[in-house]
Order: sequence, then C-alpha cells, then structure tokens
Amino acid sequence: MSERIAVVEKIMGANERLAAQNRRRLDEAGVFAINIMASPGAGKTSLIEHTIKALSDKHTIAVIDGDVATGIDAGRAAAAGAQAVQINTGGECHLDAVMLQEGLEQLDLPAIDLLIVENVGNLICPAGFALGTHKNVLIASVPEGSDKPYKYPSMYRGVNALVINKTDLLPYVEFDMDYFQRGVEILNPGVLTFPASCKTGEGLLPWFSWLRTLLV
Amino acid sequence: MHELSVTQALLDLALDHAKKAHAVQVTDIYLEIGQLSSYVDDSVQFYWDLISAGTLAEKARLHFHRTGLEMTCQACGNEFAPNEVTFACPQCGSEKVRVSAGEEFRLTAIDVERGPVPKVKVSQ
Repeated sequence: MSERIAVVEKIMGANERLAAQNRRRLDEAGVFAINIMASPGAGKTSLIEHTIKALSDKHTIAVIDGDVATGIDAGRAAAAGAQAVQINTGGECHLDAVMLQEGLEQLDLPAIDLLIVENVGNLICPAGFALGTHKNVLIASVPEGSDKPYKYPSMYRGVNALVINKTDLLPYVEFDMDYFQRGVEILNPGVLTFPASCKTGEGLLPWFSWLRTLLV
Repeated sequence: MHELSVTQALLDLALDHAKKAHAVQVTDIYLEIGQLSSYVDDSVQFYWDLISAGTLAEKARLHFHRTGLEMTCQACGNEFAPNEVTFACPQCGSEKVRVSAGEEFRLTAIDVERGPVPKVKVSQ
C-alpha cells in the first residue's frame, strides 16, 4: 500500500540555507556584498571596473567572478585595482551559494569593505539562486530592447537596484524608456533605477553615491 | 539551463522526507512549478532518471503541476494572465497590477511504500 506524505517545501531551500550562512560570514567580517546579474554583454564587467576605480579611494574592494570557462573578467577587475577571484562554473549557467562559499574561502574577508559578485551572463537562471549577498543588482542595457521585463519577468522581481546601461545609444536604437519602466514598476514596485552609460560615464555618480551610503 | 542542480536538490529533499517516514520506496513525486521559475519538465525528468538510480526514489514518477504567471489588478480586482507584450489589466486597462502567482517551486507531496512496522515491546 502506498501512502501520501504532504511535504510543501521549497526545492531550493538547501541553497537558501547556505546563502544565509554566507550572509552571516560576510556580516561577521564586516563585508558588504552585492550580486550583479545581467545578460551577456550588458556591461557587468565595465560597471565593475568603473565602480572599483571610483570607490577604491576609501574602500577596499574584492571581486568574485563567475564565468563558464574563462578568466578574462577577473583579469579586468584585478587590473582595475581589486582583489579578484575567478570561479569557473564548469558549464553551469549561474552562481549558487556553494560556489560563492568557495569564492569566500579564497579571500581575506576582514580586509575587505565591498565584495562585488559578478554572476554568469544570463537573464534567466541566476534569479533562482540566492547567494547571501546584501543587495542584488540587475543591469539592463538599451540595445537589448525595452520589452525585456515582459519577456524575462523573473529577473526583475527580486533585485534591489536596476542599472540601465548604454544610455548613450538611446538616440540610435529603438528603446521605449517609458514602456520599459512601466513593466519594471509592476514587477518590482519602487526599485531603485540608475540610467547610466559606462562608455561616457554619464549617470554613474548616483550609482557610486548609493554604494557609498551602503558602505558607511 | 540548470535542471541538473535543481533536480539534485529535489532528490535530496524527497529522500530526506522518505527516510523520516521510514519508507522503503518512493513511487510518486508531486511538484508545483510556477511559470516564473522556468524549469522544463522533460529535462527535470531526464536528470531524475539518471540521478535517482540506486536510491529509494528510483523510477518514481514525477507529477508536474504548472502554475502560470498571474496578476491582480489593484484598480478593479480582476485576476488575469498577462501576455508577453503588456501587463495592463485586460478588463479595465489599468497598469496598477501586481504579480500574485507564478513563482512557486515546491515539492508538495510524495507517495511512499513503508516497510514492515517494527514491533515495539511495551514493558510495564
């Protein structure tokens, strides 16, 4: 005779518990951590380079870089002046809490003020995996088109801030900012939004100021 | 896609509950998957067949209960499934809408066969 057992439990519960452990570890070491997610080519590494250069005057910054195979992005972060750790996910399309834990092992946490985690370039998968970072940030870029919140709603749901990158291209590509922002507001009411261009540097100051307020 | 890692998490969770129930075999697994969690049934099943081999849950049937993305209009109370072009309420046109379902990713139940109940002597 078979018997039914009611469970009702989140399947990703184990990852979430590990993410909570990562958070405790970061808090104990006094590290503030952000997780940057975006599709490939949206400007994650460029934003991180600008951020390292702007905030290194007063803060010690480290980068954990998730990449499917190469170490190019970690190399760029190191060149910009941060302690950088590369995690090759071995084909996985996202970072998870275990991978972040492995990355944390390789850093001198008490010496770090800001940890920037660069997630794997992907607009679907990283949303399902909590890491334990304090803030989750999504970068959308203008050439991707203004319909992305409607097509990939899950990525827009759980983030604390949204950077709209490549605003210098607005005159050249079709991007309906109003349509885009209406979709974002429905999925994530009141989310902080930073329109910016990593190419020209325009609009990056409010992003830096926001991070500075979080680091004091 | 990352169905392998989520299928492993699912297997761990199901086996954990099976062991607690002193089950000898898990025959069926019931899942609730929201549209926003974007998992593909066939890939979960494919990995399941591979990684459940040799466990209590080998050959268990997976039952997927899909829940679509659902929104509730805060202006008129209408509940609706949005399309990929607009989130506006189809009834009143308002964009004062909020996501009300579609993010679930849960194990809801398992069917198990239990072993013989061990006899417990009660001494007085």
